[in-house]
Amino acid sequence: MARQMTGAKMVVQALRDQGVDTIFGYPGGAALPIYDEIFLQNDIRHILVRHEQGAIHAAEGYARTTGKPGVVLVTSGPGVTNTVTGLTDALLDSIPIVVFSAQVPTFLIGSDAFQEADTVGITRPCTKHNWLVKDTDLLAATIHEGFHVATSGRPGPVLIDIPKDVQFATGSYTTRKAANTSHYQPQTRGSIEAITELVAAIEKAERPVFYTGGGVINSGPEASRLLRELADGLGFPITSTLMGLGAYPASGKGWLGMLGMHGLYEANMAMHGCDLMINVGARFDDRITGRLDAFSPGSTKAHIDIDPSSINKVIRVDIPIVGDVAPVLEDILKVWKSRGSKTNTPALANWRSQIKDWQAVRCLEYTPSKKTIKPQYALQRLEELTKKYDRYITTEVGQHQMWAAQYLTFEDPNRWMTSGGLGTMGYGFPASIGVQVAHPDALVINVAGEASWLMNMQEMGTATQYRLPVKQFILNNERLGMVRQWQELLHGERYSHSWSESLPDFVKLAEAFGAKGIRCDSLADLDDAIVEMITHDGPVIFDCLVEKHENCLPMIPSGKPHNEMLLNNDTTAGAIGSAGAALV
Amino acid sequence: MSALKIKKGSTSHSAYELRDPNSNVVERHTLACIVDNEAGVLARVIGLFSGRGYNIESLTVAETDHEGHRSRITVVTTGTPAVIEQIKTQLGRIVPLHSVHDLTVEGPSVERELGLFKVAGEGEKRVEALRLADIFRANVVDSTLESFVFEITGTPEKIDAFADLMRPLGLLEVARTGVAALSRGAE
Repeated sequence: MARQMTGAKMVVQALRDQGVDTIFGYPGGAALPIYDEIFLQNDIRHILVRHEQGAIHAAEGYARTTGKPGVVLVTSGPGVTNTVTGLTDALLDSIPIVVFSAQVPTFLIGSDAFQEADTVGITRPCTKHNWLVKDTDLLAATIHEGFHVATSGRPGPVLIDIPKDVQFATGSYTTRKAANTSHYQPQTRGSIEAITELVAAIEKAERPVFYTGGGVINSGPEASRLLRELADGLGFPITSTLMGLGAYPASGKGWLGMLGMHGLYEANMAMHGCDLMINVGARFDDRITGRLDAFSPGSTKAHIDIDPSSINKVIRVDIPIVGDVAPVLEDILKVWKSRGSKTNTPALANWRSQIKDWQAVRCLEYTPSKKTIKPQYALQRLEELTKKYDRYITTEVGQHQMWAAQYLTFEDPNRWMTSGGLGTMGYGFPASIGVQVAHPDALVINVAGEASWLMNMQEMGTATQYRLPVKQFILNNERLGMVRQWQELLHGERYSHSWSESLPDFVKLAEAFGAKGIRCDSLADLDDAIVEMITHDGPVIFDCLVEKHENCLPMIPSGKPHNEMLLNNDTTAGAIGSAGAALV
Repeated sequence: MSALKIKKGSTSHSAYELRDPNSNVVERHTLACIVDNEAGVLARVIGLFSGRGYNIESLTVAETDHEGHRSRITVVTTGTPAVIEQIKTQLGRIVPLHSVHDLTVEGPSVERELGLFKVAGEGEKRVEALRLADIFRANVVDSTLESFVFEITGTPEKIDAFADLMRPLGLLEVARTGVAALSRGAE
């Protein structure tokens, strides 16, 4: 006979069975029975956040850096509606998240009860799947199924809504092993015919490029290892999306840097001029492709993706391969070796010399300043002074995020956590908390803008309560920098509501929360201030006052193809035409 | 269908390889989705169509396997071949969805819809309505001295045609079920 226990106990037991040791949450009336069970045990650590959005972004940071699902526990009504942004963020960036939301008792559902919301209705379009569990006997099996769905195939967020009476009632516990998950089994191995076709194209390719994305990281460390073996074995150049940074090391010989709207000139030119594009776990996002009808016009395109709906969604490809990155790369290597490990060596040498010419443009150079700290310079110093550490970076969203992607380097996967698809301002700070919880002794830095950072600043309380020494490196230009840049480029420098008025004194703010605050506005003090931040044992808010009107370049203006980038010396006036202005 | 050796069922798109994927011609496709009959499953399917801007021309849903708790959702939709292919793969992401059958490309199929028509009139108009109903093999399921309710089954086009004929004869109300469809043959 199956073990009998209350629904609330089942939640805790199922978390144990799933190997969960950390959850992020915030209590409330409907969640009290589960919180009582959490009180009565010591296996699962609960991190109390200050706002439910903080909980889910922290869980995202935790999931991205560990590869394990992030778990969130919130109450009904406002508790769960506050997670909607994070659920959407995790859905777009394919992050495995399991949210437990409490619900009003089943007999009150539909009566507009206190803190009632149609949770499964609200979260249906922003989860991979969700469940309202009305029977305690089904609860444990549903939780196990939830973890299975969140982590299988293309990962994503799931939500399990548990009414309060279901938490109190006693039922039979279904073990993880006994739970039926057989109906959801996405394909992981790619078709050997398609893989062989790709290998044949690889052997002949004159101007190949790897275009890799977050799918490599989601596939696990083995995928990154295989990618390195394959790219280096072939001697092909490789670029990555924002989401995929770290899968291939920045010090690797084929590395071109990030591609896309604020990607590197050489990466975008290689994408435009290649004759074979191998997309590994990326999805032809509009930040990557630029103008679609001029996207990499002469290339044969292969696309490896675990989600069949990603293939041919935006860009029609010639060699579609549905499968998980690691097993597909393994098969590509196997087939390529079995056919004699051939590449088109003379053509590749020409291609590399062409790429060298593009690299000589040195697209990341900027006009240095003797008076103010340029944001790029601040990041270059941060890179120099922190790269020897066991370092993890999160970011908020905006100019600072793009500069961080351009100027910081990543040697390994799971060390770069940023909101890519949804572009959620307020993501980075709670994410840094989740990362620090997973790696208590590591150096965790959130590169932020002051406006983004303020969106979830309440999490300072969480950082100090749990003694999480997260470093908040705020590039403070007193502007919504990216909005201001677009207004400069598109709207005649009419800076409508894109400045940060009435900013707090960040040093005093840090001190008010019991943390350390550092302000730096001088070039001469910057290095010492950064070192002070790194060496301080505790959370730090670093208020770095930077150049206010710096533009983030290079840039593919919207509506333009890859080979028409704006570089640092170019004039920005009229760079975006009226058709481009209509795009996001 | 057997001559083309197209695998039936699932989300296989082999049939599309025979067509021009870049065609801008808008096609009408009938999709049959087999889903677990669980709470909210219909909302997932139609939410996908509205959320991603796809078109629903007709929608029919009922539990077809009571023991297995499976429902069949028949959706008639329109789009270019690329959009139709996207719709099918997006549907494939729905966790409680078991399979999508594109009846339009998987070989010949039958489509039927049921319509109920309330027609009121007297004298020659009433006789004419009854005569036309006979030609269309519609049944009278309710009758008063001033009205009939006709039941008609057929393709959507046949039901449209019947509606056109009934309108001048005193058509008051129409109820239609939407399309139910099955592939022809033993498979």
